[in-house]
Amino acid sequence: MRIALFATCIVDAMYPATAKATVRILERLGHEVVFPEGQACCGQMHVNSGYLKEAVPVVANHVAAFDTADYDVAVAPSGSCVASVKHQHPMVARSCGDAALEARATAVGAKTYELSELLVDVLGVTDAGAQLGSYFPHRVTYHPSCHGMRLLRLGDRQSRLLRTVQGIDIADLPEADQCCGFGGTFSMKNADVSSAMLQDKAANVEATGAELCTGGDASCLMHIGGGLSRQGSSTTTLHLAEILASTMEEPASVTGEVRVSTGKALR
Amino acid sequence: MTTFLGMPALPAFGSGNLFAGESFPKAAHRELGNAQLRANLGHATHTIRDKRQAVVSELPDWEQLRDAGSAIKESVMARLPDLLEEFEKNFTARGGVIHWARDAREANEIVAGLVRETGETEVVKVKSMATQEIGLNEYLEEQGIEAFETDLAELIVQLDHDKPSHILVPAIHKNRTEIRDIFLREMPGADPALTNEPPVLAMAAREHLRRKFLTAKVAVSGANFALADSGTLAVVESEGNGRMCLTLPETLITVMGIEKLLPTWQDLEVFMQLLPRSSTGERMNPYTSLWTGVTEGDGPQNVHLVLLDNGRSAALADEMGRSALHCIRCSACMNVCPVYERTGGHAYGSTYPGPIGAILSPLLTGIEAEENSSLPYASSLCGACYDACPVKINIPDILVHLRSVDVDSKRGTRKVPSQMDVGMKAASWALSSGKHLGLVEKGLPLGRLAAGRDKKIKKLPGIAGGWTQSRDIPAPPTQSFRDWWAKEHKSAAPSQAAPSRDDKETQQ
Repeated sequence: MRIALFATCIVDAMYPATAKATVRILERLGHEVVFPEGQACCGQMHVNSGYLKEAVPVVANHVAAFDTADYDVAVAPSGSCVASVKHQHPMVARSCGDAALEARATAVGAKTYELSELLVDVLGVTDAGAQLGSYFPHRVTYHPSCHGMRLLRLGDRQSRLLRTVQGIDIADLPEADQCCGFGGTFSMKNADVSSAMLQDKAANVEATGAELCTGGDASCLMHIGGGLSRQGSSTTTLHLAEILASTMEEPASVTGEVRVSTGKALR
Repeated sequence: MTTFLGMPALPAFGSGNLFAGESFPKAAHRELGNAQLRANLGHATHTIRDKRQAVVSELPDWEQLRDAGSAIKESVMARLPDLLEEFEKNFTARGGVIHWARDAREANEIVAGLVRETGETEVVKVKSMATQEIGLNEYLEEQGIEAFETDLAELIVQLDHDKPSHILVPAIHKNRTEIRDIFLREMPGADPALTNEPPVLAMAAREHLRRKFLTAKVAVSGANFALADSGTLAVVESEGNGRMCLTLPETLITVMGIEKLLPTWQDLEVFMQLLPRSSTGERMNPYTSLWTGVTEGDGPQNVHLVLLDNGRSAALADEMGRSALHCIRCSACMNVCPVYERTGGHAYGSTYPGPIGAILSPLLTGIEAEENSSLPYASSLCGACYDACPVKINIPDILVHLRSVDVDSKRGTRKVPSQMDVGMKAASWALSSGKHLGLVEKGLPLGRLAAGRDKKIKKLPGIAGGWTQSRDIPAPPTQSFRDWWAKEHKSAAPSQAAPSRDDKETQQ
C-alpha cells in the first residue's frame, strides 16, 4: 500500500522523531511511505480560535497537497489533526462558499486515518510485539486524548496496541478520560483554568509511578510533559508511535529533553 | 422612485441576568483561588456524574433515546410558531390565560401586574430558571412584593443573598456546615442548636416553608415542558415543594421560555427518561406534576402562563447555534465539564453557567453584549459535554461557531490589532504552504539557543506567556522532519529510501 504521511505542523517542527517512528512502523509492515511536500498544517488552531477567514488558505493548502498526491490512504500520528481534516475542513470550505473545495476536502478526509486507526482497521495489526517487533521495557501510563477519543471514536485501539508491546508495564491512569487542559489557544486565553486542569492531570500521571506518559497526540503530550517538567517531575512523555517503533535492536530514546528537574512546583 | 419598506426587524436580543459582568478569564482567576469552592465542586460533580453514568449504562437504548430527543426538539424548532398557537388555543380553551413577553422587562411587568390584581404582597416560588433569567425576584421586591423560594437549594442561595452556581444544584458550591451557618443567621426562628446533619437541615427548611405554603395565595413557577396537543404544563422535581406551590395557592403564574414546547403527550415519554437520568442520576424523579387548565374546586382557580422570548427568536435565527434551544436544563454538561468543575458557575456571570451557558448566553444576548464574548472561549473543546448531552447539542461546534462570530464582529474595529489577530495572520501565512513552513523551521536552531543549556524554554513574551506560567517548552530539534525527509530522499525514490538510523539528535 502507498501511504501518505501527514506529519502535522507540531510533529514536523518539534517532534520529528515521532514522524520518523511512524515511517519506520509502516515500512516495517512492507508499505511505501510518501510525504506530500506541500503539506503544512490542518488549520485547527485557526478554526478553534474563531479565525475562519485565516483558516481558509491553510485548509486549501492541505487539500491541495493531499488531493494531488498519489497514495491509497493518508495517516497522521495525531487524532486531533485527523479530526480537524475530517470534520473541520469541509465546514471551513462551506464557510467561504467554496463548494468545490468542500467536495475535495471531504474526499481527502475520507482517506485520512489516525495512526492506530490505520494500524488496527486497515493494516490488521493486532499484536504489536509479534507484527512490529515492538519492545519497550518501561513502566508506562497512557492518556487518551480528547479528540481521538470523542471525535474519532478511537475506542481502545491505541491502548490495545500498547498492551501488546513486549516488555511494557502499563499503569492505568486515574481519570484518564479527563482533558489535560491544552485546548490550543485555550491554554493561553484561559491560562489559569488550563493550568488547574494540567495540575490534576500531572498529579494523576505522577500517582501511577510510571516513567513515561504516552498518547497519540504530540500537542497534549507537550502540554503534559511541559507541566511535569515545570513541576520537577522525573516522569516525561513519549508519543505512542515511538513506543510502537521501538525494538530490541533499535530502542526508543526515553531521555526527554523536557525531563531536567528544576524542583519548581506547578502553580 | 421606489417605496422601500425595509427588511423585517431582526428578533430582539434578550435582557436580564444573562450577562457576564467581567471577562471569563478574570472571573475564573478569582474563583480558582477559592480552595473550598473547588473542593466542594469537585466532590459534587464527581458524585453526580458517577450516578448518571451508572443509570445511563443500564439502558440498552440510551443512544436511540438521545437521537429521539434530539429529533423531537429539531422538529419543534422547525415549526415553533405553529406549535405555540396550537398550545395557546388548547391552554385557553381549558381556562388558562396566556401572556406573551418579548423580553425580561415585559415578563416582569406582566407577573407583577398579575400579583397586584390579587391584592397579595407575598408569593411562593418553585425553582425556575426562566424567572432567574429575567430577575423576577429582584423586580418584585422593587414593587413591594416578596418572593419566597421553596426549592431547598434555591432557599439556601436566597437566604444567603447569593446567586445560584449550577442549574440543577444551585447551592452546589456550599457544604453543609456553610448551609447551617446560613440558616442560623438568616432563617427566622431557627433552632440555635441546629447541627449540620442533612436530615436536620432539611427539617428546619421544611418547618420554615410549611408556614409559607399554608398562607400563600399566589405561586410562581417555571415549567419543564408544555404539551401543544392538550395545553398541558409539566414540572419535574425532587422534593415535592414544587407540587405544594402548584396545588395549594389560588393563583398560579408560570413563566416559561417558548422553546420548551413538545408536540404531544407521547413525546413527553422520551424526555421523562432522558431528564432524570441526565440530571440527578435517578431512574425517575420523585415528583412529576402536570396540569391542564383549571379544574373547578381543585387547585389554583386562576392559571396564567407567561410565554417568554427574551432572545430565543434571535437564537433560533442563528442556523448554527439554534440547537442550543434544545436544552432541557439537565446540567449533565456542567457535571462533566473540566472547566466548570474548577471555576464553578459564578465565573460565567449569567443564569446559565457551564458549557450550555457558554453558548446559550451569547446566543440570547448577542455576542457583542458586555463581556459575553469571552464565554465561548471558556472551553478546551474536549467534547465531554456533547457526549453527555441527552439531546445531543453539539456544544463544541457551537462554541467554535460563536468564536468566529466574535472574531468577525471585531474585524477592523480596533485601532491597533490584538496580539491574537497579528499572530493568527502570521500563522496563516506560515501554515498555508509547505515552503513557508519550511522557511520558518529554518529558525528552529534559534529556539534551541533560547532554550539554553537545560534545553527548556521557560518564559515566552506576550500572550504566549500564558503557556509558560506553568509549563516548559522543550528545545526544538536541530532539524525538522521535512528537512530530514528531503535529505534522505534526495537521490532515492521513496520506496527504496531507508529511514536514517541516526536520529538520536532529534528524539524528543
